[in-house]
Amino acid sequence: MLNILNSILVEGLIYAIMVLGVYITYKILDFPDLSVDGTFPLGAAITAILIINDVNPYLTLLVSFLIGAFAGMITGIIHVKLKVRDLLAGIIMMTALYTVNLRIAGKANVAFFSKDTIFTKNFLTSFFAEGSEKVIRLVLIIIIILLLKLMLDAYLRTRSGYLLRAVGDNKTLVTTLGKDMGFVKIVGLSLANGLAALAGSVYAQKQGFFDITMGTGMVVIGLASVIIGINVFQSFHFVKATTAVIIGSILYKGCVALAIGIGLGANDLKLVTAVLFLVILVFTQEKRRKVNKNA
Amino acid sequence: MLELNQISKYYNPGTINETCLFNHFNLTIQDGEFVSVVGSNGSGKTSMLNIICGSIPIEQGQIILDEKNITNLKEYKRQQIIGRVYQNPSMGTCPNMTILENMSIADNKGKPFNLMPGTNKKRIDFYKENLKKLNLGLEDKLEVKVGSLSGGQRQAMALLMSTLTPIRFLILDEHTAALDPKTAEIIMELTDKIVSEKKLTTIMVTHNLRYAVEYGNRLIMMHQGEAIVDKARSEKANIKVEDILDRFNQISIECGN
Ligand SMILES: Nc1ncnc2c1ncn2[C@@H]1O[C@H](COP(=O)(O)OP(=O)(O)OP(=O)(O)O)[C@@H](O)[C@H]1O
Ligand SMILES: [Mg+2]
Repeated sequence: MLNILNSILVEGLIYAIMVLGVYITYKILDFPDLSVDGTFPLGAAITAILIINDVNPYLTLLVSFLIGAFAGMITGIIHVKLKVRDLLAGIIMMTALYTVNLRIAGKANVAFFSKDTIFTKNFLTSFFAEGSEKVIRLVLIIIIILLLKLMLDAYLRTRSGYLLRAVGDNKTLVTTLGKDMGFVKIVGLSLANGLAALAGSVYAQKQGFFDITMGTGMVVIGLASVIIGINVFQSFHFVKATTAVIIGSILYKGCVALAIGIGLGANDLKLVTAVLFLVILVFTQEKRRKVNKNA
Repeated sequence: MLELNQISKYYNPGTINETCLFNHFNLTIQDGEFVSVVGSNGSGKTSMLNIICGSIPIEQGQIILDEKNITNLKEYKRQQIIGRVYQNPSMGTCPNMTILENMSIADNKGKPFNLMPGTNKKRIDFYKENLKKLNLGLEDKLEVKVGSLSGGQRQAMALLMSTLTPIRFLILDEHTAALDPKTAEIIMELTDKIVSEKKLTTIMVTHNLRYAVEYGNRLIMMHQGEAIVDKARSEKANIKVEDILDRFNQISIECGN
């Protein structure tokens, strides 16, 4: 039981890194970004190769973030500069990344079980008794997600962060303020996909392998978590949206685990993921696409 | 000085719905002018403002600002020196951001949007002072989201925000149209106060003929993409509401109504 709880928390919190990114694109920018299905495994592929080549596991986190951010930037450029619709820009990127990920990893599945990761030897080991790897793993992930959350909160309070929020809120005003809305969107997409790749990197290090199918369903997990989080905590004004979506991610993971636990097999995972998402959409009546046009 | 030179604007060019709105349209606006623009629905007032701001492309002609050709300058770049308030009160503010955040973001116009704090604490008193001038009590609601304010309150904020930083032009498109008569009056007086205090060159579109006559030092009447009346200074000062009404009636007779 404790083990199940631990793994729900660990997975939920790792996905939460990506969920913070989806929060930026979907909730703040009002941009349903499908590229995360590709940038999550991108982070995992980069991590697999770097770790096999004995690169410092913490450095792989940074590299994954940066390359993920670069991919997000390209999605943004496709949308903003080439004027491709948001959904389509994401689909193009997601499809292209499938090949890129295969090329980076060299094959569809790369294992690195025997290598050091952020979860083997780390600064926490000395504080815990031997044999408490699972606890250490959880503590480390909690530290990572807290750091990221605080950094994102801080960013959203900067001038650049204000502008990002304004783009989702009122595009016209951003132009009226003499700012290039397209550029802000590109920044937001970079940040979001950097986070998705970072999540992929942490996930791969936890699993000890990269798999090309890792990213399938990430968009759904991300959107579902954001929507659950925001809706559950809607009436609690003291809970920040970033906190809400992290908890949303754990709740969603819990729901999926529950569904699997009551008899559905692991093969049904994606179906459960999708159906659960549908249920959430119907229940919360999530209204998409606020249209604001010039009068 | 702003010059519109031989502007031609077609809607839906190259299709069967092609319509020509402006055909070699000319207009010069001198610094310090406060221009009221009137005209029937569809006469091209909003289109003219959109052309000045670069919100819509034109087929022909040039837009010259202080002897510089800005015809191909992107909208957001032109907006760096233009303040604009729209007819729709929700266009000028961010509903999910607080009053303080809205004031801050407006105050940062023209500054780099970098990693400095979004709200400069030292400026809060300055924001309060400005909000106080609106007489709506907004200075005590800094942490309230703008989305929960009424249309009039939002429009007042939009006006304040658009003129918070130094601008070269103020563009107002029926900015009192969605407001009740009393609030409209307050906003109009505030507009006049801000314009004269900051000596702003202003273009104001309005359907309220009294405002057009009472405020500003130049009056333009648009009809089918042309400025059919254009009176400045003393000529403008002598215009009465009845004169414009007469002209309106004359037009509709000419059009066969
Ligand atoms: N996007 C568009 N596509 C096609 N035609 C347009 C478009 N925008 C405006 N028009 C046409 O251009 C003409 C002028 O429109 P505009 O909005 O400038 O009028 P206006 O003077 O602002 O009117 P109102 O007083 O109703 O605001 C109208 O005949 C309108 O049908
Ligand atoms: Mg109009």
